[in-house]
Amino acid sequence: MRKVAIYGKGGIGKSTTTQNTVSALAEMGKKVMVVGCDPKADSTRLLLNGLAQKTVLDTLREEGEDVELEDIRMEGFGNTLCTESGGPEPGVGCAGRGIITSINLLEQLGAYHEDEQLDYVFYDVLGDVVCGGFAMPIREGKAQEIYIVCSGEMMAMYAANNICKGIRKFAQAGGVRLGGLICNSRKVDNEAEMIDEFARRLGSQMVHFVPRDNDVQRAEIRRMTVIDWNSTCAQADEYRMLARQIDENDLFIIPEPLAIDELESLLLDFGVLEAAAV
Amino acid sequence: MTLLRHTRGGEITERQALTINPAKTCQPVGAMYAALGIHRCLPHSHGSQGCCSYHRSTLSRHYKEPVMAATSSFTEGSSVFGGQANLLQAINNIFTVYQPDVIAVHTTCLSETIGDDIPQIAEKAAEKDLIPAGKSVIHASTPSYVGAAPTGFANMTAGMVKYFSESTSPNKIGGRVNVIPGWVEPADMREIKRIVAAMGLESIVFPDTSDVLDCPQTGVHEMFPKGGVTVDRLRAAGDSAVTIALGPVCSEPAAIELTNQCGVPHATLPLPIGLEATDRFILELRKYNGGVVPREITDERGRLIDLITDMHQYFYNKTAALWGDPDQLVSLSEMLLTVDILPKYVVTGTPGKKFLRRMGDVLQDRKSEVQVRQGAGADLFLLHQWIKNEKVDLLIGNTYGKYIRRDEGIPLVRHGFPILDRVGHQFFPTVGYRGAIRLLEQVLEALMQRQDDECSEERFELTM
Repeated sequence: MRKVAIYGKGGIGKSTTTQNTVSALAEMGKKVMVVGCDPKADSTRLLLNGLAQKTVLDTLREEGEDVELEDIRMEGFGNTLCTESGGPEPGVGCAGRGIITSINLLEQLGAYHEDEQLDYVFYDVLGDVVCGGFAMPIREGKAQEIYIVCSGEMMAMYAANNICKGIRKFAQAGGVRLGGLICNSRKVDNEAEMIDEFARRLGSQMVHFVPRDNDVQRAEIRRMTVIDWNSTCAQADEYRMLARQIDENDLFIIPEPLAIDELESLLLDFGVLEAAAV
Repeated sequence: MTLLRHTRGGEITERQALTINPAKTCQPVGAMYAALGIHRCLPHSHGSQGCCSYHRSTLSRHYKEPVMAATSSFTEGSSVFGGQANLLQAINNIFTVYQPDVIAVHTTCLSETIGDDIPQIAEKAAEKDLIPAGKSVIHASTPSYVGAAPTGFANMTAGMVKYFSESTSPNKIGGRVNVIPGWVEPADMREIKRIVAAMGLESIVFPDTSDVLDCPQTGVHEMFPKGGVTVDRLRAAGDSAVTIALGPVCSEPAAIELTNQCGVPHATLPLPIGLEATDRFILELRKYNGGVVPREITDERGRLIDLITDMHQYFYNKTAALWGDPDQLVSLSEMLLTVDILPKYVVTGTPGKKFLRRMGDVLQDRKSEVQVRQGAGADLFLLHQWIKNEKVDLLIGNTYGKYIRRDEGIPLVRHGFPILDRVGHQFFPTVGYRGAIRLLEQVLEALMQRQDDECSEERFELTM
């Protein structure tokens, strides 16, 4: 079983990319579980066709500690297993602790047990690793490989670089490694080349460049992944490609985060600043 | 064989981490103690049960009285979703079952870290009609990773002012003084009230744990004993002529609050422990009673001076090691210097740099002979190391010094908090002139007992 965590700047498209990739893996015949680690609990909406998922923490709150796996896990597209950690409403409580609680509970309930015959577990984590709770999925014994979703926009690259600093910390203690960057295109100039170079300097790779395509939004509005909505469209093939790259990936490294100067000069070298000036 | 075998003298290595046998305890203990000094108040600990149990049991063991307090009983769920549901339920239960006049909520590390907003929750409780007419919920923020027990005491006492004190007129009532006694024993609070009354002044002493934590045995359990400052008196504190804050760490924040909120001026004095600190208290009170000091008080002072002069040969040139809370340590040091005992080592775990300056003011030209340490590394282990290197004649501090006493054979006078293994502290005050007599009598008892024990047989009959 491979345990994968997806990180990246807020709003970059982690949940969309994760679910579309997972649906492609499921199509390949892989058994996948998705653990949503965002208090908003919207990481499995496309796989479940919008079914409101009862979160682990809601269940814990309402039913006490006597929770069963069936209460918190639902089957989605292509026999994927979907759970949502959930969390408190904005502004109260501790969402980070919620993720720790929920992942511990999933472990206790045997969600990762061999009997489940899982090929993959995907953790879809809130954009900013603001505290220890949000780092839970990459702590020892949890996810071993991380993919960072980013784009050619400066703030997305800045966030990706920051996440790499976090990975270094946990890589030294546990076994977590960076599997690569996924570029979710925002149609920035020279985007693919720049992210490719950025990934290389981190010591990693760009696993796939996902072009911007309105079909993603078309599927999303119907609460579906692209493959579920229209399995023959071009974008579906992009996600199949991404899924295959991840499935065949064998480059797992401890990233070398860039100094800020270096990151900015990268943007200069690839002409983004000149383009912006025009 | 010694108990603390791992403690060695010689070169003392500066520790980067690790505190051993700390000279402090956590904020909520102080907040809980202060809250017990309000009449018909139930302290409430907003956090997990263990916090509340620890604070209650420490207070119970020290005062030998049942300490009542409620808890929000956080579970894993409350830590994630916030403690609002628990606190609302608690407020409802407490007012229904125990019917206090006030619930004084203090926070814990957990509820502070997840950021629970107590005023917002209290407002919600009021909206839901969970607070009966005439009753109140007050609060203080008391994370234990900030400050120490005296900080919690100060925060809760300031909370009393914030929630209750009102100024009804710009003309303050002459002859009425507020006294914030600091973290002292119930007997001390009683003594402070007696002194102010003897000076012919009306006092509002808050918090006031006399008749709460030193109750007579009547055969009937009272959930809320007769003592404690009432809410009406706390309200009226806003119209007093002055506030005297005894001990800057424990009492000044509330006094400042009263100045800002109600325009009551304040004076901050050291705890009136020892001759000179008590003199300052009396002189301050004299400003408001027309300048008289009654015979009763002058006589008490005279008896103290008589004791000091009579016994000076036994005090002279002795050394002591002290640990505990800053307000106590400053006044104790001054008292010892007055009788020519050098407070050679002084240790507190409570942060706040002012303490070092205050110690400097007290020590003056003897500063170079004294080691003072404060903060995380200032613990009883360090104190023990110092003592191993150069002995003292006397230990003054709480129960946790009993290991050093036994290992080093140095007499220990128990003072401060907590004293888990002796009685007396809650009955006999150590503030004021009479309190100083009591304290010095204990010091003498320890020193003279030792002299008896150690003198040779042929000198024993006439050793003193």
